[in-house]
Amino acid sequence: MAWMSWTLPTALFFIGIAVILVGMTTWQLISPCVERRGFLPLATTRGDRLFIGLLSSAFIHLVFVALTDVNIAVATVLCAFWMIILMRWG
Amino acid sequence: MQTKVENNKAWFLVMPVFLIVAFSAIIPLMTVVNYSVQDIFDPYTRYFVGTEWFKQVMLDSRLHEALLRQFIYSFTILIIEVPLGICVALMMPTKGRGASLALILVAIPLLIPWNVVGTIWQIFGRADIGLFGAFMSGIGVDYNYASNPTDAWLTVVLMDVWHWTPLVALLCYSGLRAIPEVYYQAARIDQASRWAVFRYIQLPKLTNVLIIGVLLRFMDSFMIYTEPFVLTGGGPGSSTTFLSQALVQQAIGQFDLGPAAAFSLVYFLIILLVCWVFYTTIMNMQKDK
Repeated sequence: MAWMSWTLPTALFFIGIAVILVGMTTWQLISPCVERRGFLPLATTRGDRLFIGLLSSAFIHLVFVALTDVNIAVATVLCAFWMIILMRWG
Repeated sequence: MQTKVENNKAWFLVMPVFLIVAFSAIIPLMTVVNYSVQDIFDPYTRYFVGTEWFKQVMLDSRLHEALLRQFIYSFTILIIEVPLGICVALMMPTKGRGASLALILVAIPLLIPWNVVGTIWQIFGRADIGLFGAFMSGIGVDYNYASNPTDAWLTVVLMDVWHWTPLVALLCYSGLRAIPEVYYQAARIDQASRWAVFRYIQLPKLTNVLIIGVLLRFMDSFMIYTEPFVLTGGGPGSSTTFLSQALVQQAIGQFDLGPAAAFSLVYFLIILLVCWVFYTTIMNMQKDK
């Protein structure tokens, strides 16, 4: 695995993504979701909202990195709140 | 009463695909993510730099220009190829040997490998030995794609239109052939004009194939590399340097693996976003129907 040049932050990032995917799959098996419409302009499933949340979080991080010198952890905390809002009311 | 039996054993049949995708896409992508946060001198000498490369990439004017060129290029070829493809499909014969012959002739450019297309147009556009270059010189136009950015753009766009309009045309042709004859009979009874037939029968029935055509052409043109690389090498200057070429220059030309990895991830996110927008639009249109 050394050829992949792992670092602790990237390993934690991928572990986080894997945990989210396993968690979402388990949640889906226990309680299958129904497509619904929230504040987003389209009907979405739980998986759709997760995808939209992750993609938008990636762009929020990029904008933070490009335009500010604020610690990236601030963007991560903001994105966590954004994900909660999106998953609950999106 | 027979109870429907459900199990998840079929998922095992999908395992080979998961394995192939893991080796061909997921593991390389993970490696790129790892590279993007490090300054890599060689496989054993590397330093963690955090988000530094992302900041550099996001503020790099060369990449902004390449992204702008990429969008202009993709939208230009879509604006030309989609209407032209529809026109070609409408003019193609529908029956007899003529239909088979037209299908073969239209499909020929699609069978030519990308690097060969670049070479063909490289020669075709030369004023001394190429037909197109000689024609332009003959009508008094000082045409030289190697030194004039406008000519280079014209040639790159023409090359793509020549190469990929047949795809749109064939998709539209198949869409047109799927329209039942009764629609045309009804139009004849109503004495509908040719334009009315196109506007109210053919175009609505072509919506799905056109969406697929636009999606395919946008994605493909957004990732274009080989043809401009062979034809102009990204020049003159950097006038035809698109995103993938800028990326290759950085990754392989300069061997800046860290910044190139960060650039690839930004590029990947843009493509992912555009794909998602197209996919969602298609799915919602189908739901509305």
